[in-house]
Amino acid sequence: MVPKKRGILLSAAISLAFILGVLAVGRFSGGPQQPPKPEPAQGGMVNIYTARHYGVEKVFEEFTRETGIAVRFTTGSDAALRERIKAEGRYTPADIYLAVDAGNLWLAAQDGLLSPVESGVLAANLPENLRDPENRWFGLTQRVRTIMYHPDRVSQDELSTYEALADPKWRGRLVLRPATHSYTQSLVASLIAAHGRERAAEIVRGWVANEPTLIDSDTRILETLAAGGGDVAITNHYYLGRLLEATPDLPVRVFWANQGDRGAHVNISGAGVTAYAPNRGNAVALLEWLSSPRGQKLFADSNHEFPANPNVVPHPIIADFGAYFADPLDKAEYGRLQVEAIKLLDEAGYK
Amino acid sequence: MRPLPTILPKRFPAFNRHGQSWRSLPVLPLLLALLVVLPVLVVASSILTPDREIWLHLAGTLLPELTRNTLLLLVGVGVGTLLLGVSLAWLVTAYHFPGRRVLEWLLVLPMAVPTYVQGFVYMATFDFAGPVQAALRPFFRNMAWFPEIRSGAGVILVMTLVLYPYVYLLARAGFREQSGVLLEAARVMGHSPAAVFLRVILPLARPSIAAGAALAVMEALADFATVRFFNFPTLSDGVIRVWYGMMNLRAASELAGLLALVALVILLLEHALRGRTRYYQAGGKALGIVPVTLPGKQGWLASAACLLVVAVAFCLPVGQLLSWTMKELPNQPAGTLNVYAQLSRNSIVLSVLGALFATVTALLLASGIRLASSRAAFILAKLATSGYAMPGAVIAVGIIVPLSAIDHALNDFLAAWRGSGVGLLLTGSMVGLVYAYVVRFLSVSYSSVDSSLEKITPNVTAAARLLGAGPWRLLWRIHFPLVAPGMLAGAILVFVDVMKELPITMMLRPFGHDTLAVWVWQMAAESVWGGASLPALVIVLAGLVPVFFLMRVDARKM
Repeated sequence: MVPKKRGILLSAAISLAFILGVLAVGRFSGGPQQPPKPEPAQGGMVNIYTARHYGVEKVFEEFTRETGIAVRFTTGSDAALRERIKAEGRYTPADIYLAVDAGNLWLAAQDGLLSPVESGVLAANLPENLRDPENRWFGLTQRVRTIMYHPDRVSQDELSTYEALADPKWRGRLVLRPATHSYTQSLVASLIAAHGRERAAEIVRGWVANEPTLIDSDTRILETLAAGGGDVAITNHYYLGRLLEATPDLPVRVFWANQGDRGAHVNISGAGVTAYAPNRGNAVALLEWLSSPRGQKLFADSNHEFPANPNVVPHPIIADFGAYFADPLDKAEYGRLQVEAIKLLDEAGYK
Repeated sequence: MRPLPTILPKRFPAFNRHGQSWRSLPVLPLLLALLVVLPVLVVASSILTPDREIWLHLAGTLLPELTRNTLLLLVGVGVGTLLLGVSLAWLVTAYHFPGRRVLEWLLVLPMAVPTYVQGFVYMATFDFAGPVQAALRPFFRNMAWFPEIRSGAGVILVMTLVLYPYVYLLARAGFREQSGVLLEAARVMGHSPAAVFLRVILPLARPSIAAGAALAVMEALADFATVRFFNFPTLSDGVIRVWYGMMNLRAASELAGLLALVALVILLLEHALRGRTRYYQAGGKALGIVPVTLPGKQGWLASAACLLVVAVAFCLPVGQLLSWTMKELPNQPAGTLNVYAQLSRNSIVLSVLGALFATVTALLLASGIRLASSRAAFILAKLATSGYAMPGAVIAVGIIVPLSAIDHALNDFLAAWRGSGVGLLLTGSMVGLVYAYVVRFLSVSYSSVDSSLEKITPNVTAAARLLGAGPWRLLWRIHFPLVAPGMLAGAILVFVDVMKELPITMMLRPFGHDTLAVWVWQMAAESVWGGASLPALVIVLAGLVPVFFLMRVDARKM
């Protein structure tokens, strides 16, 4: 009995030491520069379900500093968070649904999860084509899903449109994102909107026939491209911005697609106030702040995105990418055509 | 010669004769057991009342690929862990070679690495943009020969590397329990070493090996994160995809039901492999298998083989995580460590709660069932501990459905009565999450507690009762102190399991309560390796605790 007890006590001691260690690291690493804890009592709080989890802490901290409104947020994928709001119904703690895909915002509005916000500030700050006509959601930043290429392997004049990547000359040279991701689905939705289902299916089958390498991470797609694991890819522009910040000489260039016809595929990251928001006033205040020049600058730059507010200049790295002409298609179409797009991808054998 | 059953536990304690008059206590265990079984029943009921339309849709789209991938994965991981685990276990049991004593333990370490961590490290290291292919590229014109890591083979390799210790540990225990006499007899009768192993040793260790392989395969079945990294969707991934991507909880629970069915088949298979055969061995423990010393080169070869496995399965991932951490830490914005600290606190709070509730539930359940000691109670205990075979996604679905119904009913009632609700008491708090952890990990704490209870001689219980102790007093004053070490051991194991847990935490975590595991997964999914590395290291470190614990327990037996 004695040696057994000793063994277990030792393990217990190790575990305890481990727990205390982690807690201690937590305590001490905070040290003096720990940011002041937001005080809910002062300006109340606002709860966000956010699909955007890159660099949002800093933006929200700044908002809290300026307004005294504490921000709490939970991350997850667009669809998971939307489902959660739906399941929670009128008892949801979420005030704001912040998504990274217009299709999901449209679906949330469609399901009655978002409520209209009448705000002169939002109307003045954000262009009409980036807002829901019924003001249930507002685009805050723009991300261009466009063509990326390795400059030593492809010359710029070989590239033109998304459609042209279905040409057999790109066989074995494409790197794309799997069909399960909403970015791919929205892009295909825009193809359906532009060409009709038949022609869109033909284009997607063309991509599939080119045996693309499928990687479920835009960052890794670009790194693979840089390493020579492919010649041409389709990714969101800001992933390149992020990589260039760390590695300025990364051999990947951006090409604005479809500039000769309808324009490049632009998606938005945007937000809406939930139908049963417990802190509605604060939620509107946060949206208005995020649309203001100060909020826009912080919010867009934290992820190298193009600000939705036309009076705000983009981050220098993406400004270097040059001007682009965006597909004027109504963003709600991504949502309306999403199920259609998923089916089309499935049928075309795009995994 | 006294027959000594070495493998099968004694099932029924000697309480039968007194059990009947002790009816007060088992009510609570019964309730607890029903609560634990509930989520599984919820999911099972959806497969008993299938929705034809949903099945047609699934069959036309996802189902064929998900099923095929799931089966491939299970067979692959099963075969892989068996080959690696059994051969290593035999090597360290039957032979002496340089460094054996240390290697024997180092071989258990990969168990501390969660599958998804191993997955993203391997992905980042061996895919086209990774350092290995980058280093090789100057020497080859074409890298097409390099195997594609984003594939079924890639996942199977990665999972085999972290799951083989289950088979290894149990096979090793199985080999150790064997008598050396049998081995000697077979040798004397002129069997070759290979024949001895295949015809005598292996059949005797079969029950332990089957148990180990079943554990490994269950883990593979439950995983959704790793398979997603590797573009290899299985049923577990399907449950989550259908729930979120197609906004269809109904279809998700149908898939979950199918997943539960696969888990059940594995359980039955394991049971069949254990077989009804009982092997009895003569004459105590005195003569185990006596290791043969491998001469010179052969000995070093054996050491090298073990070392290679440890290097590939443990040193590589930990080294890579360390190097990312070193590289990233200085560049992290100031608040990052605070974020990590908060995540660690959240993880620890959940793990402590999970361990606490699972252990208390296990104690009440195990002692109650011992007192009742009927066939029905035994079946109830089996059911209540079947959660370990249920993938997290199944349990999460089985819990969110009834709890959110209760939540809404409660709020609607209160709103009608006093004009305001109370918010989501169950699904919006840690209640649902901890409940799910108890369901998933009860078997871990239960088996620790139960095996400690088993060692209490009936005389102690009888004496206490003769002196007038009631059931609660008996539990608190007599049984509890005696099983405390076992409870502690079980609690440590659950603590670590919760720390690593991903699918349940993902689906049920309360607002703003991200954990280390969730963070690691989100970062790794975006290929932000630097952001994932330090939290992943913390999880691995936590995973080492039960490994050391196992070592101590084992050292005692030697």
